[in-house]
Amino acid sequence: MQDFPAYTDTNLQSELSTLNLGPTHPATHGVFQNVLQLDGERIVSGVSTIGYIHRAFEKIAEHRPFYQITPLTDRLNYCSAPINNMGWHMTVEKLLGIQTPKRVDYLRIIIMELSRIADHIICNGVLGVDTGAFTGFLYMMEHREAIYEIYEEVCGSRLTTNVGRIGGFERNFNDIAFAKTRKFLQDFPKALNEFQNLFNRNRIFVDRTKNVAPVTAETALSYSWSGPILRATGVDYDVRAMNPYCSYEDFDFEVPVGTTGDVYDRFLVRNEEMWQSLRIIEQALAKVEKEDPNIFHADVPEFYLPPKEEVYNNMEALIYHFKIVMGEIETPVGEVYHSVEGTNGELGFYLVNDGGRSPYRLHFRRPSFINYQMYAPMSRGMMLSDAIINMSSLNIIAGELDA
Amino acid sequence: MGKITNEELLQKLTAQFGDKVANATEPYGLLTVETTREQIIDVLGWLKEDKELQFIYLTDITAIHYPEQQGKEVGVIYHVHSLVNNIRIRVKLFLADGDVNTPSATVLWHGANWMERETYDFFGVNFTGHPDLRRILNVDDMTVYPMRKEYPLEDPNRVDKKDYFFGR
Repeated sequence: MQDFPAYTDTNLQSELSTLNLGPTHPATHGVFQNVLQLDGERIVSGVSTIGYIHRAFEKIAEHRPFYQITPLTDRLNYCSAPINNMGWHMTVEKLLGIQTPKRVDYLRIIIMELSRIADHIICNGVLGVDTGAFTGFLYMMEHREAIYEIYEEVCGSRLTTNVGRIGGFERNFNDIAFAKTRKFLQDFPKALNEFQNLFNRNRIFVDRTKNVAPVTAETALSYSWSGPILRATGVDYDVRAMNPYCSYEDFDFEVPVGTTGDVYDRFLVRNEEMWQSLRIIEQALAKVEKEDPNIFHADVPEFYLPPKEEVYNNMEALIYHFKIVMGEIETPVGEVYHSVEGTNGELGFYLVNDGGRSPYRLHFRRPSFINYQMYAPMSRGMMLSDAIINMSSLNIIAGELDA
Repeated sequence: MGKITNEELLQKLTAQFGDKVANATEPYGLLTVETTREQIIDVLGWLKEDKELQFIYLTDITAIHYPEQQGKEVGVIYHVHSLVNNIRIRVKLFLADGDVNTPSATVLWHGANWMERETYDFFGVNFTGHPDLRRILNVDDMTVYPMRKEYPLEDPNRVDKKDYFFGR
């Protein structure tokens, strides 16, 4: 176990200075405050202050019907909102015992893996920016835009997507969405290759990232790390592979792991995960073609809103429409924990239901919150500039950190 | 290593702790047991250290407030995961209002630190032995524990959202 020893200064003449890194520092890419004690450029100690954008989602969720909680999950990790949405839908479906059709699962996987790529583009691009290389970031941004255009075709919005409904999707994928996904699969590998060429063996980048903030597997597990940063330490824990949800067991993909857990390894793991996501999307597209193209939600009229024409012309649909909107549907009493592999770790939903309109208690296991707590201890003795890129490589998203 | 079933896990737990581990249920396939605050560190530590089980990964700590349960108002819930055997377990303990002290799990996992701070922040659970039990997401000078049920989100006098208007 690494014990992150206190950094001590042997020079009696020196004085410590206090630096407020954040809450709105341009280098921290979000609302993070760390009060650092600096000895020159070296960090002696640090205290993380979080909660600047705390919005009490867990409390709000206790007063909302299930379908109204989806927009709240958008605002956790807003760089990959679809994964949060899908995770929430799957949690409720698990509680209600809804079995989704295979085509829905595959479509969900397409949208989840696209958002994983979008998130990793940001994280690795920003890591490049923080080491002084702006080109890669701008170059990859174009492809994040392509992903956002696919979101727009699927659900109409870009950042906070609110995509999908309990039981499936609100509408079917149209031809443009599929065409854009195929185009993305064609264009993106070239860009990712060039991105890797720019960085992987770049002297400046390697010098700045290699052996910076190395973390052993044991330490990472003790701090409950998850996601790419845990895998960079050599632990192959990926929820998609270990507890497959949403038919991930039908797919052939690898879980990339690193060895040293330093910033460079985290970068490589994320790049490799993008390749694996591309593989998964390709397989999913092929699988979707074999399914009935008209299925985009499960047959659960009591939880899935009927189409508007039905509501006006069909008594039963009108009743269900009313009951769903008013939150009047009977739900089973119980507690359920469901987790998905978010882009920065295991995103868990612990839902306790008492049969009422809204959850009795909903707790989000937010990977950013749990991953971030090692940041202050691991910064001890580090150069300030290393601490900055260390934070970028952890991929902490303020919305998820503070919930 | 082979996968351990919930029955085997429960057998091992009861063989080790007897009736100190009670009320075992399996909601949605996840073994849930209840214990007491006197036992919690022993139970979690044994789960973590046992050579066969190896529940080395602390997934989550949180709490729930049940104002109606007399003497068991605050539940503290631990989710622990054995990455080796790929099995999860949920351990609960209940505390009475006015005596919400329970030992801290930071002696077992470093990661418990912020999870317990969050639980303290929202429910007021006092984790004894915690190195730095301060508020984490709310402001420091807050005097209440906002996730407790006596603090409603909206105006409590508002009646248009009461359950009886929705047929229950």
